[in-house]
Amino acid sequence: MNSLEYVCKKVAEGERLNTDDALCLYEKADLPTLGQLASHRRWAVKPEPVVTYVVDRNINYTNVCVSGCRFCAFHVRPGDKGGYVISKEELKRKLDETVALGGTQVLLQGGMNPDLDVDFYLDLLRFIKETAPIHIHGFSPPEISWLAGRAGLSVEELLRQMIDAGLDSVPGGGAEILDDEVRRRISPGKCDTATWLNVMETAHGLGLRSSATMMFGHVETPSQMFSHMIAIRDLQDRTGGFTAFIPWSFQPGNTKIDVPVASPCSYLRVVALSRIMLDNFQNIQASWVTQGDKISQAALAFGANDMGSTMIEENVVAAAGIRYRLPREEIVRLIETAGFHAAQRDCFYRILHYD
Amino acid sequence: MMDILITDRRLEPVKEKVLAGARLDADDGLLLFTSNDLAGIGGLAHYARTKRHGNRAFFVHNRHVNYTNVCVNRCLFCAYSRDAADKGAYTFSMEQVREIAMAPENRRVKEFHVVGGLNPALPFDYYIDLLRTIKEARPDATIQAFTAVEIDFISKAAGLSISETLARLKDAGLEMVPGGGAEVMSDRVRQKLFPRKIPADRWLEVVEAVHAAGLTSNGTMLYGHIETLEERVNHFLKIRDLQDRTGGFSAFIPLAFHSENSRLPNIPPTVAFDDLKMIAVARLMLDNVDHIKAYWVMIGEKLAQVALWFGADDLDGTIIEERITHTAGARSAKGLTRTEMRRFIESAGFEAVERDSFYRPVNGSDQEGGR
Repeated sequence: MNSLEYVCKKVAEGERLNTDDALCLYEKADLPTLGQLASHRRWAVKPEPVVTYVVDRNINYTNVCVSGCRFCAFHVRPGDKGGYVISKEELKRKLDETVALGGTQVLLQGGMNPDLDVDFYLDLLRFIKETAPIHIHGFSPPEISWLAGRAGLSVEELLRQMIDAGLDSVPGGGAEILDDEVRRRISPGKCDTATWLNVMETAHGLGLRSSATMMFGHVETPSQMFSHMIAIRDLQDRTGGFTAFIPWSFQPGNTKIDVPVASPCSYLRVVALSRIMLDNFQNIQASWVTQGDKISQAALAFGANDMGSTMIEENVVAAAGIRYRLPREEIVRLIETAGFHAAQRDCFYRILHYD
Repeated sequence: MMDILITDRRLEPVKEKVLAGARLDADDGLLLFTSNDLAGIGGLAHYARTKRHGNRAFFVHNRHVNYTNVCVNRCLFCAYSRDAADKGAYTFSMEQVREIAMAPENRRVKEFHVVGGLNPALPFDYYIDLLRTIKEARPDATIQAFTAVEIDFISKAAGLSISETLARLKDAGLEMVPGGGAEVMSDRVRQKLFPRKIPADRWLEVVEAVHAAGLTSNGTMLYGHIETLEERVNHFLKIRDLQDRTGGFSAFIPLAFHSENSRLPNIPPTVAFDDLKMIAVARLMLDNVDHIKAYWVMIGEKLAQVALWFGADDLDGTIIEERITHTAGARSAKGLTRTEMRRFIESAGFEAVERDSFYRPVNGSDQEGGR
């Protein structure tokens, strides 16, 4: 294994790291050193002392899902009790509320529901655009690839239709760990690594921007986690279409994977390594939804420069028993007491206004 | 040794001092508090912490016993205290104390942490009986009892000098003194928040007498209310000066203020940057105090784990039944098991050492045994 001094020097000099380098840092560097290295990279990429957030809500249009991922506490099988598909009345109410609260976007995600066809999705997008002047950040790659397959459309053709109907950008969900061995174990019903990357590459090719995520702390090894980062980094080299990277730790409550939750120290290590490894990303997002106010603020010293969303509504993590609430004023206070200027942003990380 | 990378260039002279083992002054302390280079500050504190304790992090199997909530001081920051006539006012009888000490779930407790309000109805004998009752029930456990504020009050109830009071309490079983009641050693803050509590000089005098009586104690600071950074630094210097004279402080514990149900309801909770800086600056300024505690009850279990990388070497203990901070809205658990304490420390990346009150390792022969 590489020596820690050697890898630290590479980071300080702005050189790109490989998996061995990342493993060395992950296993040998103490936590403050990782924070120092990540901060070094953060200031090089984002020299302004600004931390951003977005005002939006999650809208989960259905919880019925055939995917059956073992880490998910939110879904219901088709035909089982408790399944829903959102009504237009409900959707309108949520949109009106979002606009009234100064929201600029909705994150639209749902299960793989076999009762819903392409027209449902296109209608959903059109209805939102007719109802509210709002950015639609919608449909992760597993939803898109599944729907395309069922409709007999190419991913590209489906995305074109969705863009015509109002889709503005694509969320980076469903990436979990981009390693097929891991995916077979935790989410066998979901698209494989190549498909996830291909949907993103196609979306970027059509001019859609997207985020990228990683869910760690279940069955993956550290080197699988770093392969994930490198796969994302390679795609970003080709397309430049990713806006941000969002790592979060698996929340095992009410799921079928029995592991202890990742420690906050592991979370901060992964945030720092995300910043250090993803040298072609502008933005690294802290996850207060999974980590709470204190650890998400601490993440700002470990390379994160964005506090994510105010989450007027969040259902998926809440289903795993984790319910942190953070009003907008509190997010601003966390940013300012960490020594940064707070700014509301849009989905493309353009600053709308400073607080 | 890895180089400590400092983003905030102003901290370079502080770094030089820390690496040379030189003492920091008040200006250095202020600089650390005003800097937002949290990872850099953490690196300095981790260096100092590792020099003393390597990769070890301590915890104790303790049980809090709050014998009364009746208190004449009624400090503005306190959500726990009551007047004698108030609903919810209580004082433990000796039967209740014995019951706690003898409870099966407390049978392996190594330390009883006994603190309470200043209750004018209690005679001196109450305190003596309290200590004797616990000691008789559990001769193998250590009693850490009565803050300097209580000792001052008890000595008045007894009509005895501090040293005579301490001699009698010691005779009845007192073995160590907790660090509470120091709040922030500032007359300005005292006038506003706790005018009836003994002033800083008296707190220091009592603690000096405690150390002179051959007892160790902890030191604390309640932060995150109306205190200034200068007042925090000054507080550190007072603790450090006394420690130079006596060597009697065992640990220093920053205490994060919780405002819920207090008479200061508009003060927001402390943030992680402040909590971690308090730990780190305490470690760096208090170069003569062995242990810095991350008190998980107040900063939360998760941040306490992170604090082990920011200068802390001790997570306090199992506590089992925390009342005071939870009355003020703490969202942490009321108690933790030994297994949980161990797991917290190990998953943070440290070697867990169960200790007794005097930081001697305890043989963990029953690690599977819950509490």
